[in-house]
Amino acid sequence: MQIAEVPPPLEVEPSRRIFGLETEFGLHVVAPGSRPITPEEVAGHLFHSVVQWGRSSNVFLTNGSRLYIDVGAHPEYATAECDTIEDLIALDKAGERIVQDLVAEGEQRLREAGVDGQIHLYKNNTDSAGNSYGCHENYLLRRRADFAGFGRQLLPFLVTRQIVTGAGCITRTPEGAHYSFSPRADHMWEGMSSATTRSRPMINTRDEPHANAELYRRMHVIVGDSTMAQPTTLLKVGSTDLVLRLLEARVLMPDLTLAKEMQAIRDVAHDLTGQATVELADGSRMTAVQVQQAFLDAVKSHVGDVIERTDEVDSILDLWQRGIDAVRTQDFSSIDTELDWAIKHKLLMRYQDKLQCELDDPRLARLELAYHDVSPERGLANRMEAQGLIRTLVSEEAITRAKTTAPETTRAHLRGRFVREALASGRDFTVDWVHLKFTGQESRTVLLKDPFRYEDERVDMLLGTLSQ
Amino acid sequence: MPQVNASGQPYEDDAPEPAPAPAQQASTDALDDLLDEIDGSLQVNAEQFVRSFVQKGGE
Repeated sequence: MQIAEVPPPLEVEPSRRIFGLETEFGLHVVAPGSRPITPEEVAGHLFHSVVQWGRSSNVFLTNGSRLYIDVGAHPEYATAECDTIEDLIALDKAGERIVQDLVAEGEQRLREAGVDGQIHLYKNNTDSAGNSYGCHENYLLRRRADFAGFGRQLLPFLVTRQIVTGAGCITRTPEGAHYSFSPRADHMWEGMSSATTRSRPMINTRDEPHANAELYRRMHVIVGDSTMAQPTTLLKVGSTDLVLRLLEARVLMPDLTLAKEMQAIRDVAHDLTGQATVELADGSRMTAVQVQQAFLDAVKSHVGDVIERTDEVDSILDLWQRGIDAVRTQDFSSIDTELDWAIKHKLLMRYQDKLQCELDDPRLARLELAYHDVSPERGLANRMEAQGLIRTLVSEEAITRAKTTAPETTRAHLRGRFVREALASGRDFTVDWVHLKFTGQESRTVLLKDPFRYEDERVDMLLGTLSQ
Repeated sequence: MPQVNASGQPYEDDAPEPAPAPAQQASTDALDDLLDEIDGSLQVNAEQFVRSFVQKGGE
């Protein structure tokens, strides 16, 4: 076999970044009166068709993304590498549709196994027993020596961004219930570390760039809430990207290092007025509104130099400012079709008003689950989108396309091509984020270390062997 | 004969335009309609439904 050269890393603009989102879906079977059924059994039925075509419950899809059963027997979907937030939103929404598409057959197989029930998949972060699961964000960084310092500068931003990008939730306490910005905030136990399950940090430092490690490393943010509304995803990823751009450019930023991050993230989450203060390392105190405004002002002051002005940047800055203003003025009406916590707040308040019940009423908890249900029929966020009550940014056609088609300007394009053609050929293959290989000793492994490269002669040759 | 609309009234150019419903009102109604529609299914065994959702592992 002809050997192609390993291409050098592509020269890319410093502002270009690879984004990815990993979503763990809540898996809930509702089958009153049925025999006991384990989550493993349900997940097995749900993934039956995936195992049929992929010979595994851990597969890469033709859209370049990864779909698998996570520890604890629930579906997880990791988007392919995206270099625009628009692609990321389309792929993220495509993931909701992909897991939902498994539900009908899963329910059918359950019925055949004697369990007549409904399978619900929630894109949320907490269950009824106090367990939490995540939506992990990945941002590709240019490698630098002081990652820890970099992370420390980002933490005050991550602690406070929940006032704009939180998913919102009813928090139940022995003293009564209240509405909070973020369901995830109470489940964070560290600022930065390499753990994920035992001690959950906001930034996970595990150094897995899935790319040339001399050039890149990954900023793995696990503090965020899963987002339903597309504008919330835009703001969550977009504002974080803009702050990272300032840090990467080594712009002088105000030192907002927090004294106690764990205390701060909880205090911010549970104060919908935005007036609760957090203690900074220097002993001073600021509100979450002030901290977010300081980051936003820093970003705004560098639009035109470090940050190139684009329509997307403008819309991120506009929504960010409106989100902060809404909390400051306590008038949520300017964001209640765009930011999840405000959309849910309106929904829950309206239903509470209708029922004339307390905030801890189980019917409101039921409504919260319905909001995050990814079903087009049972899911409320989807219904609200269809009614124009939640703003959308990408078209339904783009989402449908993203279910089967990878982003065209990243490595995902090569992976998607490989998976598609390998499946069509019927040959056994192995694939992960950086490797492509046909099973068999004669086949070479193609190592794809450059996440920006979407054309590669070695992949052409590998696929060329299919027709030989 | 003057052109008539569906209600049988002649058009009058100087008639006051009906005030457009504010967007806020429209979304309020749509939200209420949606809640009315799903209210029945949300009420059924809500507490048991919510409590039966437990997820282990992950991350």
